[in-house]
Order: sequence, then structure tokens, then C-alpha cells
Amino acid sequence: MQTKNGDYNVRQSNLYIILYAIGLTVVCAGLLAFASQALKPRQDANVELERKANILSTVITLEEGADIEKIYNERIREIVIDFNGNVVDKKPTDINLGFEYKKDPKDRLLPVFEVRSASDPDKIENAVLPVFGFGLWNTIAGNVALESDFNTIKGVNYSHVGETPGLGARIVSSEIQDRYKGKQIFEGDNIVSVDMQKGEGMDYSKDAHKVDGMSGATLTAKGVNNMLREYFRCYENYIKKNRTSNQQASL
Amino acid sequence: MSTEVAEVVEKKSEPLFSKKNRKLITNPLDIDNPVTVQVLGICSALAVTTQMKPAFVMAIALTVVTASSNFIISIMRNSIPGRIRIIVQLAVVSLWVIMVDQLLKAYVYDVWKQLSVFIGLIITNCIVMGRLEAYAMGNKPGPSLLDGLGNGFGYGLILLIVAFFRELLGGGSIFGFKVFEAMGLNYTGNGLMLLPAGACVIVGVVIWVQRSINGYRESH
Repeated sequence: MQTKNGDYNVRQSNLYIILYAIGLTVVCAGLLAFASQALKPRQDANVELERKANILSTVITLEEGADIEKIYNERIREIVIDFNGNVVDKKPTDINLGFEYKKDPKDRLLPVFEVRSASDPDKIENAVLPVFGFGLWNTIAGNVALESDFNTIKGVNYSHVGETPGLGARIVSSEIQDRYKGKQIFEGDNIVSVDMQKGEGMDYSKDAHKVDGMSGATLTAKGVNNMLREYFRCYENYIKKNRTSNQQASL
Repeated sequence: MSTEVAEVVEKKSEPLFSKKNRKLITNPLDIDNPVTVQVLGICSALAVTTQMKPAFVMAIALTVVTASSNFIISIMRNSIPGRIRIIVQLAVVSLWVIMVDQLLKAYVYDVWKQLSVFIGLIITNCIVMGRLEAYAMGNKPGPSLLDGLGNGFGYGLILLIVAFFRELLGGGSIFGFKVFEAMGLNYTGNGLMLLPAGACVIVGVVIWVQRSINGYRESH
């Protein structure tokens, strides 16, 4: 191919373009692979620490700089249960919530993190139940901690992949999560879950099953509500089993 | 004779912070602002400005991506085949975007989570591609780097102004600090400010103020 001046321009040849594209791709891919490999241990450590911190933060107020690893190992007993509430011989780290979510609720394996009392390791103080569902843009997940009565919510904690920052993404803020504290999931002997309402700024302190909504994020709130309802149903047998045994113990 | 002298002066290498090059940094802050004058990057300016912190990190991330892509593309500019130049630019931009994304994930995990999809979307930010096409393809690496920094700052400035008003009026806080509570006032957040429409209003007001200061007139 020739330019106006008549000189041959190597930059216009097909071979040059193809070689250039291949070279660029190889260099970029190499750099990215290197960066990904070099940063992976740090990123994985972040994810694992976040998982433990998320579970703990539902029941304990974590102070800045607290040794999450140590507290977690002392207080948490990890178990996996099936739909009937029986313990299965598996570890929660083997369970992929997103993968289990695709199964029929009756076939799901469910991780439970039982919080042991600091003085008496046999006593269950709280049970932390991981939940999973869909928000507006992508998946959301969370941990719900129940008091030893297996009815009152001790605390919740949500995480999300891609909710809108400032709107739906507020589910990760303690301001929103604190609204769930003290709410109850049982009405009589039935689980009715807890519903986030539409609109913000209302007072639901008298209603045990309603929490104030998030302005501008009604669809994310709906996702959260569905997630809770669905997972309370999955955990129902486990919850009821412990509820009755705890009630008998207290009698 | 006089033209010859002028040419010789032209050929001398220019110091990096000459008057002309300093303008590369200062112009995008005001009279050539990428957001309010060129109206580029509006999409993310609406999306990440509900709070100051994500806006701040986004501004830094975009500045890093624009400046380093400008620099690299400028070094490569004489070897890039014209027919595939856009895709080459895109490859370089996405390389930097993924780098920034990975670094944030490894070192500031909570901020990375907050910005979520918007880091990845820097690739589609018109400012980045715009500067590569308009400046880096035809200028030396040094000035290109400055041009990238300048435009990143110009974008960041608007982002922070918008985020300041949105967070203050929408949530009553600045960088998460509850301003009105600290002053002992009871402030109910304005929900409109948290919606993209609130950002549109504020960007509009910023453009209005800027134009009336600069005496800008629409040319027909």
C-alpha cells in the first residue's frame, strides 16, 4: 500500500496490523495475569477476613483493629445442616451459597454458625444463618443472627455485588442493618419473616415484623425481603427444633 | 530570516512545565472542563456522586487511568496502525482499568466494594477515549501525561462538587460525618438529591454558575 508521497507505509500492511494486534494482546494478557497472580493472596485474605467479620459483626460489636481471627476461632462453631435440620458432615467453606441457591430448597445444604457463650462452650448464645438472593442488579447475601430464643433477630449483615451506590448499596450500612435488631420472625408458631417497607422515615418500632425502608431502593428492599422469607423457610426445621428444645430448657 | 529563528526556537525541547504545558492542567479545571464544558463522563458523574468518599476514589481512579493511558498511547503513537487505533486504545485503557480494579481490591477492599461496577465502567468513560484520540495520538508523552492528569482533575473537581451537595442535602453528612447532627440540628435528608435526578440538577447549576462567571455564549 502506498501513501500520497509514494513511500511504502509499513503501518498500513495487513501483516503489520495482525502482528501488532497479536503482540499487544500477548503483552496486555501477560501483565494482567501477572498482576492477578501477585495480588491474589491479598485479595483472598481480604475476602476470608470479611466473611468472618460479617458473621461476627451480627452478634458482637467489633472494635477497630480487633483480632477477628482469634475471636472467630474461640466463639464460633461451624456446622452444615440439611433441610430437615440434621447436621451433615461438611464444612461451611465447602458450601457455595450461590450454587446451593440453584437447587430446590429441600435439597439445599445450609451452613450455620453457632455462637458459643464465652463462659459455657456448650451453650448456644446465637445462631448465625447465612442467606442468599437477588437484589436489583446482582446477587445479594447476608447473615442473620438469632437470639437463643430462635425468634428475635440479634443482628443482620448484608453484602451485595452490584447494587447502586448510595441507594440499594445502603443495605451494607449499619444504619440500615440496625433497623432489624429486636424484630421477630415468628407469629405464634409460624415463621412470617421480617419485611422492609416502601418509603423511608416511618416508625415501625411497635411492629415486630416490619422495618423502615430505603428511599430510592424499593427493588433492592424487595430482594432482601424475598431472600429472608425464602431462607427462613429453608432453616425452618432447624429453627423450630432449637426453639422447642430451648423453650423446654427454660421451663 | 525571522521565520528561521522561530523554527529553531520551536525545535528546542520544551520544559515539561512550560506555560503552554501548565495550561494542560489548568484548562480542564475550568474553561475546558470535560464534564461541564465538553459534557463527557456525565453517566458516572451521576452514578457515583451520592457520597463524597466513592466520588473521591472514583476521581483518583479515573485520573490514574486517563494519565497512564495517555502516556502509554503517546509513546506508542508512531507505531499504532491507523486502522485498528481505537481497539488498541481500548486495550490499553482496559489494561489500566483492570490494574486499578485489582489494586483497589487488594489494598482498599471496602472502597472497592463500594465502587463495585463503576471501576469497570471507567473503560466506557468518554473522557479517557476522548483524550487519547484528541491529544495523546498527536503529542509527546510528557504533555500527554499532563493532559491526562488535568482532565482527571477537572472531572474529579466536578465530581466532588456534585457529591458535596448531594451528600450534604441528601444525607446531611460530608465524608460520612453528620454535619447537621454535630451542629445540633435535626435534618431530614432530601431524597431527590440521592436520585440521579438530583445530580442532574446540581450539574446544571454548576454549568450555569461556571458559564455566567466565564461569560460563555452559545454560538449558533
